[in-house]
Amino acid sequence: MGTDKSKVLQVRDLHVQIKAKNGITTLVQDINFELKPGEILGLIGESGCGKTVTSMSILQLLNRKETTIEGSIMLKGQELNGLAEKEMRKIRGKDIAFIMQNPMNAFTPVFTIGHQFVETIRSHTSLNKKQATELAIESMKQVNLPDPGKLLKYYPFQLSGGMLQRVMIAIAASLHPAVIIADEPTTALDVNNQKNVLRHLDKIRSEYGSAILLISHDLGVVSEMADEVAVMQHGKIVEKAGVFQLFDSPKHEYTKKLLNARPTLYLEEPMTNLI
Amino acid sequence: MSLLQVNEVTHSYGNRTFFKWQNRSKKVLSDISFSIEEGTCLGMLGTSGAGKSTLGKVILGLEKPKHGQILFQGHDIYTVDKYTRQKIRRDLQVVFQDSYSAVNPRMTAERIIAEPLENYEKLTLAEQKRTVIELLEKVGLGEKDLKKYPHQFSGGQLQRINIARAVSLKPKLIVLDESVSSLDMVTQTLILELLRELKEDFGLSYFFITHDIKAACMISDTLGVLEKGELIEHYNSKNEFFSSENPVVKEMRGSILAEHPRFRSIRTKSNYI
Repeated sequence: MGTDKSKVLQVRDLHVQIKAKNGITTLVQDINFELKPGEILGLIGESGCGKTVTSMSILQLLNRKETTIEGSIMLKGQELNGLAEKEMRKIRGKDIAFIMQNPMNAFTPVFTIGHQFVETIRSHTSLNKKQATELAIESMKQVNLPDPGKLLKYYPFQLSGGMLQRVMIAIAASLHPAVIIADEPTTALDVNNQKNVLRHLDKIRSEYGSAILLISHDLGVVSEMADEVAVMQHGKIVEKAGVFQLFDSPKHEYTKKLLNARPTLYLEEPMTNLI
Repeated sequence: MSLLQVNEVTHSYGNRTFFKWQNRSKKVLSDISFSIEEGTCLGMLGTSGAGKSTLGKVILGLEKPKHGQILFQGHDIYTVDKYTRQKIRRDLQVVFQDSYSAVNPRMTAERIIAEPLENYEKLTLAEQKRTVIELLEKVGLGEKDLKKYPHQFSGGQLQRINIARAVSLKPKLIVLDESVSSLDMVTQTLILELLRELKEDFGLSYFFITHDIKAACMISDTLGVLEKGELIEHYNSKNEFFSSENPVVKEMRGSILAEHPRFRSIRTKSNYI
């Protein structure tokens, strides 16, 4: 299998199975996609369709004893599937950043944000503490966080969800990752914060050319951000197309169903037909 | 007479010491007045911390406001006698956001839905079971779900059970406090459609608390906007909301995500590197 230099992440024939007491269950199967630098791939589907399992298997975060991952996951020409935990730790955070759904749970409550930020930077680079702090402040400024020097001394519970999510994006961006996996980055946030967070995510993308795998069940997020969209159902990708093509002429029945199921506003038309 | 009338309600949370009210209390609702007519839905929009949920609690009779009164069918719910209040309880139901924490994990779906029936209706066991099955079918579940426990349902299904429990006594008003916010988009739309159907069938009224403008527009007849404890706008139709010039409302409208990539505002051009 030849690897294309222009593809930063290539997932081929991904199968994930879980071994349970009553036999083997397939969680996701036949997942194929690739990411070019600076591209955003939206992954949509209902809850429980395997979106998160896909992202976890890319990061090799699934329990290795209970799950088997087949297929190939190529990051810049390096095979990730089956890589030793020690090697994987060097990749997570540095080459692949992960932005989780709930920022409140993603941080340790017992350390300050600065501690966690600097720890992340120092474990991947040879910067000393002072340089790391400077880098942290610099990347926090990028996401419009006010007074970053003071924020670093705060504990996670002292910040609001929207702010924490921006800190998480700052951490993810500070090491200029090749790929960012954003797993429902706005679901836990207030509507007013959602656009802000997405805007910063896009800024990181355009500045460092990171490719983003954007996982969401919200079609609004996908239509705002994605270049390409993959629709998942029951652990399979049922349709993959450019975002305009998918919204204009969906092919698969399930995609049509999804598009019809979103709450619509019809901003241009009079609201009378809504009731 | 309106079904529910809220008159100049003011409420604050404060820390009380043994001897005096400290003057550090934080005002969460100030001077709020509105009414809900029978068979209509009022959508209450607001950012987090605007006082939406407190207003919901005040209406339900769970949080006595510092000033003002809540008139439900003409009765002030905080001063009526016990007997009338019990009757009001029956007509005033609630569905919360977190479906799992709103049910007893040790009860089956049948018992969860039957609980209000046991309290208010004198039904034989067979009749009760029939009513429960009817309710389950109404919300899109079936007889097979009777003996299941909460952990065996998905979030959307459990929210349906919560709704079934709320409508079991054919109430007049249901307070929906972020009832669809934690569900995924498809489930959200299905639940909203179910609520709309139930509204027609039973002539229900809703007080729909949400921060999701799209959801509010799908179900509401009138809309209110709360900001820092004040009811800054009250619209009789959705059109008024979309043509309002109020800066807060404008900002809210600006936060709606595009429905189609044509209208996207974050990534205006696809700039590959």
